[in-house]
Parts: sequence; C-alpha cells; structure tokens
Amino acid sequence: MAKSETPKVDELEKGPWPSYVKEIKRMAKRNPAAKDLLGVQELSFNENITHWKHGGIVGVTGYGGGVIGRYSDVPEKFPNVESFHTFRVNQPSGWFYTTKALRQLCDVWEKYGSGMTNFHGSTGDIILLGAPTANLQPCFDALSDIGFDLGGSGSDLRTPTGCVGSARCEYACIDTPAIIYDLTMEFQDELHRPRWPYKSKIKASGCPNDCVAAIARSDFTIIGTWRDNLRIDQAAVREYVKGGFDIKTIVTDKCPTSALEWDEKAAELRLKAEDCVRCMHCINRMPKALRPGLDRGATILIGSKAPIIKGAYLSWVLVPFMKMEPPYTEFKELVRKAWDWWDEHGRTRERIAELIERLGLRTFLRAMGLKPVPQMVYRPRANPYVFFD
Amino acid sequence: MAKTDIGPPDYRTMLPEIVKKNYGKWKYHEILRPGVLKHVSETGDELYTVRAGSPKLVSIDFIRDICDIADKYCDGHLRFTSRYNIEFLTPDKTKVQPIIEEVEKLGLPVGGTGKSITNIVHTQGWIHCHSAATDGSAIVKAVMDELYDYFTSMTLPAKLRIALACCLNMCGAVHCSDIAILGIHTKPPRIEHERLGAVCEIPTTMASCPTGAIRRHPDSSIKSVVVNEERCMYCANCFTVCPALPIANAEGDGVAIYVGGKVSNARSAPKFSRLAIPYLPNNPPRWPEVVSAVKNIVEVYAKNAQPEERMGEWIDRVGWETFFRLTGIPFTEQHIDDFTHAVETYRTTTQFRW
Repeated sequence: MAKSETPKVDELEKGPWPSYVKEIKRMAKRNPAAKDLLGVQELSFNENITHWKHGGIVGVTGYGGGVIGRYSDVPEKFPNVESFHTFRVNQPSGWFYTTKALRQLCDVWEKYGSGMTNFHGSTGDIILLGAPTANLQPCFDALSDIGFDLGGSGSDLRTPTGCVGSARCEYACIDTPAIIYDLTMEFQDELHRPRWPYKSKIKASGCPNDCVAAIARSDFTIIGTWRDNLRIDQAAVREYVKGGFDIKTIVTDKCPTSALEWDEKAAELRLKAEDCVRCMHCINRMPKALRPGLDRGATILIGSKAPIIKGAYLSWVLVPFMKMEPPYTEFKELVRKAWDWWDEHGRTRERIAELIERLGLRTFLRAMGLKPVPQMVYRPRANPYVFFD
Repeated sequence: MAKTDIGPPDYRTMLPEIVKKNYGKWKYHEILRPGVLKHVSETGDELYTVRAGSPKLVSIDFIRDICDIADKYCDGHLRFTSRYNIEFLTPDKTKVQPIIEEVEKLGLPVGGTGKSITNIVHTQGWIHCHSAATDGSAIVKAVMDELYDYFTSMTLPAKLRIALACCLNMCGAVHCSDIAILGIHTKPPRIEHERLGAVCEIPTTMASCPTGAIRRHPDSSIKSVVVNEERCMYCANCFTVCPALPIANAEGDGVAIYVGGKVSNARSAPKFSRLAIPYLPNNPPRWPEVVSAVKNIVEVYAKNAQPEERMGEWIDRVGWETFFRLTGIPFTEQHIDDFTHAVETYRTTTQFRW
C-alpha cells in the first residue's frame, strides 16, 4: 500500500471527537480541490505557517461583499486551490432548515465548489469554503435560484444573527428570529454594499443569558428583558424543594442583589422586585417555577468588538428599555442615526465604539438625542476634569 | 440574471410543525440526560431535542447524512446551534433513543448541554486564513479528543466554554470565554521595502498600529515604513492592512491561553478572558503542550470551584493568586497589562491571599 502523503493530517482521524480530516477526505475522493486542501494542511503542519495569500478582491455582480477572496501561495504545488474563495450565505433565523433546502445547498456546492462547508461561520452565515474564481457568479446565481442570498463582508452591515428565541426557548422576551429576519430584509443594501468606515454588527439574544454572545460581539446588541416582575409559581417552587433541591445554596445565595429569600417556615420564595436585575440565574435553575415577566422588550447596548485596535470592548447600555414590536421602527431609527454619525466622523477601520471613545460618549448621546441615565454607567466619573459648555 | 437582494429564506418556512404550533408558548424545559432537552409548552405539547457534536468543517456528504436522520425521524427538519452542534427536534419521545443511536453510528457524540464543555467555537486557521498564527480545526480536534467525556456528561461546577482564535483578529470573539486559545506572533513583521509603496497605503498602515510603532521611512526617497521593534507587540494589524509586512514566523508563532471570561449576565456581569499562559509552541498535528495545559486548567477548576461557579466567578472568589498557585502556571511580567487601561487592573487594596 502506498505511503500516505499526509501522515500528520492522518493523525487527526484518530480519537473520539468527530474528525474534520475525515470530512475533507470524503470530498477528496472525488474533488481535486479538497484533495489539494489536505496537502495544504500537511504542508502547514510541516512548516508551522499558513499558505494562503493576503486578501484578493472578488465578488459577484451587484454586490461589494459576501465572497471572501482567497489564493494559495503555493499554486504550483496545489493548483486546484490556486483560487479558493469562500461564500458567506445568509442563514435562516435560528439556524432552522428543512432537509430539502439543505440538500439543495449541497447540490449547488457539489457543482461549483470544494464540497467543504461550515455550519456555520462565526458571525452566523453558512460558509461554503473554496470555489475557483470562474465559478463565483454561476454559484451565486444557483444559490439565488434556490432562495439563498449572500451575507455581509467588508465595511458593511454584517449578517445579523440571533438566538433560537421564541421558536424553542421559554426564556425569550423578544421574538429574536422575527427581529433578525426583519432587520436583515430591511438592511439588504447596507449588507451587500460596503460604504462605512468599517464593519457594523447586530445580534439579538432573547434574554440576558445571551446565548449568541451579542454583548461581546455586536456593535448594536439587542437583549430581551422585562420591566415588571419575574413570575413565581409557589406550588412549583415547593415541588423543587420537596424533591431535595437546595434552593438556598443554588438559587437564593447566588442572587447578585440578594433579591430572593426562601422562607422555610412559610414555604414561600419571596422576591424583592425592585432589587431584581434580571440576571436569569434563578429562572435558569428553576424553569418549572420561575419565568420572566410579561412587560417585555429589549435592552439596547452598543459597542462590543474584538481587540484590534483600541482593545476588546463589551457592549454598554444605550437604551435601557425599548419595545420591540414589528416593524421595529424605534430600533431602525436608532441604528440609522448612529450609522450616519459614525459614517460622518469615523476614520478608516474605526469601529463605532472606538469613535465614541475618541469623541466622547457625551458627544454621541447628544448626536443621538439620548438623555444620559444612570443605567448607562457602572459608576459616575471620579476624575474631576469636567467640561462645562 | 439571478435575483439579488432577496435576503435569507424566511425562517418560518423552515420551522417544524411542533415549533410553529408552539411558537412563543414554551413554558419550561428539562435536561433529560446529556444532549437531550425536553421543552414543554403552555399547550401541553412536548418537544424533544437531541444535540450532537460536530466539527465546524464538514463535507456536503456529512450534511446529507444528518439530513437522512432528520428525514427519517424529524419530518425533514433540523437546526444548528451557535456552536456547530446539530439539533434534531421531535415531539415524539419514542424517537429520541433511535435518533441517538443513528447519531452515534455516524460517530457523533450526544451531549453539549448543561454543565458540560460544549463544542469549541473556532476560526479557519491554516485551512483557509492568510492571518493565521496557528491552526484552528486541528487544535480543536486534539483538545476535544482529550476532553471528550466532558461533552457527553454534565459533571462540572458550571458550563465551560472553550473558544479558539487563530490570531488577534479573533474572528469569533474569544475574548469572553472560560478558556480561550489564541494564536499569537512573537516577532515583529518583516518589511518588504521594495514593494510596500506599491501595495500599501502608508498613512493607513501607520494608523493601524495600536502602539504607534510604525512611521514613515526616514529616507524620503524610499516609499515605505519602519517599525520601532521595541513598541511592536506583533498584533499583526499592520499586516492586515498592508501585505508587504508579513509577520507569520514558524519559530515565533504559537498559542496563548486566556481564562475566566463569560458572556451571560447570570449571577455576575460579563467578563473578559485574562492571560494565563503567554506562550505555548505550535506543535502539529496534536499540540500536546496546549492540550495538557487546557486539561490541567479544566481539572483544577472542576476540583476546586463550587457548584454554579463559572471559571471566572471561581477565580474572582479565590483570587488570581490562588488560580496561579493551584494550576502551577508561572506569573510573569507579561501577565501585567501595559496597554491603555492598564492601571485599572492593578490591585489597589491589601486584600490578597498569601
């Protein structure tokens, strides 16, 4: 039997966790690009360095983004990945699929690409990994014919993403699949045609558990919340305790604001509603007994991003409570205003959070017509360099 | 000519009947066993979810395989989670075990729920990215091979999220993970003076540097830049904007480990991951140094944290000095911040443990 050309890569077929190498090899049997990809990976393992060239602008007619250009820097060794571009395909909200749609996607990709995919990429799009330049337009055409469109890339609105929300989760305070779909359709132009200083991202989680990490990864963060009190089913609470659940250690002791008290004698869970900060912990631990309140909407936060350039930021509170009912006019007006201000003042590759830090949150709030409220800060300033103007 | 700007498919056309019927009406859920959720609706309907682990990089044949399972048991519907796991949804309790068996026959683990280590979010690495200082899929495979049992069980004090970024661009934002594996460079870029002026915009290149280490070449006849290597911390943002500043280096590149981040608002506010191990070498194909470092941190956390404490919450309670002592990880000058908000991280209290 011939010795393997990719002994280091082969190593990663062993072990219990499902193997991506096995996946590439499945395609490699019939797809030359996938076969070359194995060789590229082996070369990188031998040399401890990547073998992809910097950038390359490619696209489809009418769009300024959605396709990531990628060229091998050793095309003489791996001619089938000489050009190996990636499609970002906008996912359906909540990442729900019919097998019919998935099979159609597979058939298109079988025809035009390497057969390798990600379900999904970090932002949330379907990633179709590796097509040659000549196939880009026909592939896009085929995707459009089966009802799929491209996601964002470059200095544009990136594909909005949200959690499973009302489709499957009892914690959802806002209908995240509906919101994300609506926003995506509303902002198609901003998504497909980069025109801003840099990228802008919107993510929506249905509750403060934030299962899509919106507070860490989006310029405009939508987190479902409630304004009234969380709901307590005392009979269900008693069921938990009767069953041996340590309500004190697991729940009431963990409340960050000591808003919960378990009265053992009265067998009652007491809530100091004014102290509840809607952290979700008690609800997480006792879902049969505790539920979010009913006066629901979203907290809108702004600014999160990864480290480059000025540092990693988490989103901070901009609008403590916003009703989120279709057509979500208030939210759309807010982001349009913010985008305009950022487009006007932002430098190249300056994210909105960095612009706000440079010009001052005060300046931003004035531009947005938003009144300062204590909920926007952990604490007021200590330093006394205060402007009066 | 194909239609443009059609947007994604309407999610409502993708929802299984059980979801459509109970949309917005879910009442509570239970985790029946690792990887199996049961949601109960206000209508009384029940929805079972079987969650299966998957690589991020999969073939279309893999997608067809899971479609076969979904066709057989789930009326032709499935979904994915935000961390590449697959979810098979059914209202029929009797289908749960057969789904599990079919999933396991494909070689996929059932788990990733509750107090487990679920799937590792990661970036493309050497499979596809020009910026990668390390690989993504390979390290994830190696780490999950070692920590496999944590995916298929729920024995940890709290959930533990591991994420990997193959460089500081962090295309998936690993900056708030319980354990973050971060590809790094440790040497300044090389400058291709002959071609820089032709392929790069010099003011943009200078502005791209977080520490102001880049300035115009002092010889005005040379259209290029120079790098003050003492100010360079090899973030590679200059390379991102200027291809004539390659920074990848087989000797210097490697991996750093950050710990203690969280995204949720439960109990404590979201936190950043913080530096634990400044450098581990790239050692393909299995990166044993990285795997054993991550395993050590997981085991120390599992042994010492109280129930309900995420990694970062445990560390906040016992102190970072305790973390470094228990894990045996050395604390060095590199652990101390020296960027913009560094002073805020210094300990301005006598409250510490010996």
